[in-house]
Amino acid sequence: MAAVPERPTRPGLTRQAVTFGRGLLLPALAILTALILGALVIVLSDPDLVTLFGVDPVAALGASWDLVAAAYGALIAGSIGNPGDLVGALAAGDLDAFVAALDPISVTLQRSTPLIFAGLSVALAFRSGLFNIGAEGQLYLGALFAVFVGFSFPGLPFFIHIPLAVAAGFLGGALWGFIPGFLKARTGAHEVIVTIMLNYVAYRLIDLALKTDVFQRPGREDPISKEVVESAALPPLIPGLAAGVHWGLVIALIAAAVVSWLLFRSTKGFEFRAVGLNPQAARYAGIDTGRTVILAMAVCGGLAGLAGTSEVLGSNRRLVSGLSPGYGFDAIALALLGRSRPLGVVAAALLFGALRAGATPMQAATGIPIDLVVVVQALVIMFIAAPALVRGLYRIRAGRTTGTEVFSKGWGT
Amino acid sequence: MTAAATTVGAGSAGLRRQQLFGFVYLALAAIIAVAFGAATEPGATSSFELNAPRVAVQLPPLVVPSAPTAYALAGLCAFLGAVQLTRGFGARNAVVLGAVVLLFIAGFLVWAASTRSMNLVGVLQGTLQRATPITFAALAGVLCERAGVVNIAIEGMLLTGAFVAAVAASATGSPWIGIIAAVVVGALLAALLAVLSIRYRVDQIIAGTVINIFAIGMTSFLSARVLQRRPELNNPDRLGPIQIPLLSDIPVVGPIVFNNNVFVYAMFVLVVLIHVALFKTRWGLRVRAVGEHPKAADTVGIDVLRTRYQNVILGGMLAGVGGAFLVLGSTGRFDREMTAGRGFIGLAAMIFGGWAPVGSFFASLVFGFADSLQARLSILNVPIPSELLLMVPYVVTILVVAGLVGRARAPAADGRPYEKE
Repeated sequence: MAAVPERPTRPGLTRQAVTFGRGLLLPALAILTALILGALVIVLSDPDLVTLFGVDPVAALGASWDLVAAAYGALIAGSIGNPGDLVGALAAGDLDAFVAALDPISVTLQRSTPLIFAGLSVALAFRSGLFNIGAEGQLYLGALFAVFVGFSFPGLPFFIHIPLAVAAGFLGGALWGFIPGFLKARTGAHEVIVTIMLNYVAYRLIDLALKTDVFQRPGREDPISKEVVESAALPPLIPGLAAGVHWGLVIALIAAAVVSWLLFRSTKGFEFRAVGLNPQAARYAGIDTGRTVILAMAVCGGLAGLAGTSEVLGSNRRLVSGLSPGYGFDAIALALLGRSRPLGVVAAALLFGALRAGATPMQAATGIPIDLVVVVQALVIMFIAAPALVRGLYRIRAGRTTGTEVFSKGWGT
Repeated sequence: MTAAATTVGAGSAGLRRQQLFGFVYLALAAIIAVAFGAATEPGATSSFELNAPRVAVQLPPLVVPSAPTAYALAGLCAFLGAVQLTRGFGARNAVVLGAVVLLFIAGFLVWAASTRSMNLVGVLQGTLQRATPITFAALAGVLCERAGVVNIAIEGMLLTGAFVAAVAASATGSPWIGIIAAVVVGALLAALLAVLSIRYRVDQIIAGTVINIFAIGMTSFLSARVLQRRPELNNPDRLGPIQIPLLSDIPVVGPIVFNNNVFVYAMFVLVVLIHVALFKTRWGLRVRAVGEHPKAADTVGIDVLRTRYQNVILGGMLAGVGGAFLVLGSTGRFDREMTAGRGFIGLAAMIFGGWAPVGSFFASLVFGFADSLQARLSILNVPIPSELLLMVPYVVTILVVAGLVGRARAPAADGRPYEKE
């Protein structure tokens, strides 16, 4: 993790380790509590089980345990697979079986990829004192631009086509981030309302674009774009697993490193954080806060745009109107969970990616809807945002207070 | 800080703003003439029906020649633009802006109804219907923000209210119990928001976002898990329109205003009631004091935190009613994510309406009109993509929040937690 400049002296290694462990305790408890409450939701939403509790509480308890175990078991099996299979395949020297056993992890990493980009977007905004609820819309704009470049120039060599498509995706998202940044800097419009509205505008824009001859696949009536050509497609990272994790993950990790450098090592990043912590002080220090806000929002939008880009170039190879299952909203939870640090965001994205990856097999196996994951995520954010709740629940003493680096400033001017 | 900057630059900015608006008016006049006037077939007429179905007094339709009418509207708009550029309208700026918007809409309608017949009463009926949930959301926002709590969880409260209303009304067979259930659940979510933001001093926008995500996840989860297996739980009786005798027979106005369901009448009453309560009673003065200057309010013995709790919970109840309307007063069933941002549009209406109930109501009508017109035009097969029209409310909201259309001032302590010293 990058050292934070605001701390003048480095504490001893053990102290650092203790602080680091303390820092992990709260998120871990938050996730645990959210999962327990999620189990409660699973049980209480089953009318048969609820009636059984009135008749035979012991049997109902057993049945509840079985149901929750089946659901979370399927969730885990779908997200990290069976470690026994991995070890067995390794011992037998069976490469194909080993790769097959990697499949759930590969899907988890694939689902984590857009989450990393979107989480970085929201985290960078938080650090700059901005609230980016528009990652979802920015994601779609990025996907729109990237898919256009992706299907438009067949015959380009991949080392030109891929960077071009990725740059287009960044640009699309950046455009959608620039608008709220510009309006905030020039008119004082609160970015929360503007980004939310731009999400809805983006949905309609995608629907509209997918009806035009430019985007719609020839011969199709439904909203689906043309196929991204091979030279612009991000190839799979694990050979033999065509549907899983792709090179978008590598780009995402590079993006995390770049954001880390930008925030904590560069002058621009210093300005972002200064404006985020105290805009008045930043202005007195000679920082052009308006331009900083515009630039920060544009970069945030670009990062979210890359989330859409990696989806259309890597996982889907086409744009459909339901491309994102809400990655842009998951991103808010991710940024809070990762304390708006790039490394934290990556870790949180892996966790949420696992939840997303395991949710589909969970629904298939037990009939419990995917949306459970959204409920769990909302609970995680609540416990992270209100640490006093978790501390009270587990009777933990308050440590060094670490704020969420966010403060709302009301609407309008 | 920003206030000081605006005062310093007010003179020159005022001039530039005036000229800018003049040019915008001229541009709109050009659009009316070219896109609406010249685009119609020569000699075509636009016809507007003025009758609702089954009314006693039948009015003849209003028929106007399309192109000449559009040109006349364009001319009027250009005249206003020219005056704006040279002299300006001073204090009457807002009125002129409203007039220009009306001229533009009239021009658009003339074009859309060219060679067709458009039922104007139907559009306006739809306007009021679609403005109702937005108004309830806006009223909820007014109550919360006047006391200094930003509530972006209204969207989630509407959604949860809609879900609970559908289930409770279906299970009991009584829409009234559905409404009560929605009010209770709205109050519960609001209480959660209040505890998080007032007691634990969680950032109010984060607390609101948590509730929104929770509401989307929970209602989607339950509708997939419970309502799909038990569809009889998503089949409530709707509350139909109640005709008010005599008043509903007034031509044009009667069917629009006096033939609605109980939600719409309740909305009329609540808008007036909350407006009077906020601005003419001791209670309202105290609420506004808490929102503007909590410390001063505390000093004179007003319980700041208690006022905030009360207002947030009252707001949640109103949002619950708005959600119940979506099911019991409108579609008759719950669908996942059926609110489609109406809670957020309600917040925009609140800002547009200057944090006042009556203003918010008129702002909601603007959004309702855009929505209703969009639905009517897609029925009429007007050659304009419905997606483009569906964007209009959201784009208008952005323009409103950016202060490009009107400018309002938020309560001074809006969004700031209060800590007693």
